[in-house]
Amino acid sequence: MLEVAGVRLAPLWLGTGGLTSLETVRRVVEAARPGLVTVSVRRTSDTGTGSLLATLRGLDVRVLPNTAGCLGAQEAVLTAELAREALDTEWVKLEVIGDELSLLPDVVELVEAAETLVARGFTVLPYTTGDPVVARRLVEVGCAAVMPLGSPIGSGRGIADPHTIEAVRAAVDVPVVLDAGIGTASEAAHAMELGCDAVLVATAVTRAEDPVAMARAMSLAVEAGQLARRAGRIPRRETARASSPMRGRVGR
Amino acid sequence: MRLSVNGRPHELPEGTALTGLLETVAPDPRGVAVALNGSVVRAAEWPATPLRDGDLVEVVTAHQGG
Repeated sequence: MLEVAGVRLAPLWLGTGGLTSLETVRRVVEAARPGLVTVSVRRTSDTGTGSLLATLRGLDVRVLPNTAGCLGAQEAVLTAELAREALDTEWVKLEVIGDELSLLPDVVELVEAAETLVARGFTVLPYTTGDPVVARRLVEVGCAAVMPLGSPIGSGRGIADPHTIEAVRAAVDVPVVLDAGIGTASEAAHAMELGCDAVLVATAVTRAEDPVAMARAMSLAVEAGQLARRAGRIPRRETARASSPMRGRVGR
Repeated sequence: MRLSVNGRPHELPEGTALTGLLETVAPDPRGVAVALNGSVVRAAEWPATPLRDGDLVEVVTAHQGG
C-alpha cells in the first residue's frame, strides 16, 4: 500500500475545486474514498469560514492544503505556513506557478521553496514537471513525494508524454503521484500502469456532468491500473502473435 | 488608524489588538490563520498582538481547491 512519510494512503487523491455545493463534496468524497483531499488557502473575505473544513472533518478524510496560484517561493512559503496554522497539518502540496496561462511550475522557485519548507518541518509534496532531473532535485532537498503533471492543470488532455512519467518514476524512490491533466478514468488507470503510486484528480471529477459517478469511476480505474502494473503488461510487438494454436487447424 | 485587511482598507480605533479585528473579520476562528506584515501570528498570540497604522493583515481559511 502507498505510504507517504510513514502514513498509509489510498491511491486516489481528490481535489475539491469546482464542486457546486458542500453536499456534492460529501457525496463525491464518499464515492471516491480518497487517500486525501486537497484544499486551497484563501482570504476569508472571499470564502467565509469553517464550513468546508467541517464537512471534510465529518467525513474523516485527510486534508492536504495546497499553495495553488502562488507565483514565487516567498509567497508559497507564507501560504504553506498559514495552511499549517489554519489546518493543523505539517503536510503541504507545494505549487509554485511560473506562468498564469499554462499554470506550469516554476521549478527553480519550487526547489527553493521545498528546501525552505522541509527545513521548517513540513512534509512537502511538490507539483512538478515530468522531468526526472527536477524530481531528483526535489527528493535531494527532502520532499516526501513528487507530483509530476500529465498535462496542464484542468486541460483534461491526459498524459501527454508517458515517457516523462516513466522517467520520473525511474529517477526517484519516493512515491510518484500523477497530478494534473487527467480527463477521464482510463487516463487515471494509465498513470498507475506507468508506475505512479497515486493519482490526484480534481477538474476531471468536479466538472464532470456527474461528479459522483466520475469519482467512483476514478476509484475503480486507479485500482485497475495498480493491479495491471503489478500483473505486468506484455511487451509491444511489431507483428501479430496468434493466441490460438496454429497446429490442428481444419483442412491443413 | 488605517490598515489593510485582505487587501482592503480598514479603519480601527488606536490600540486594537489582533483579536479585536478578528471578531469582525472571522467571528468563527476555527480553521483560520493570520499573517501580519508577511509573518504568521499563531492563534495563542492574537490577544497580545497590537495592530498599528499601516499594518498589512491577511486572514485566511480553507477553500475548495485542487
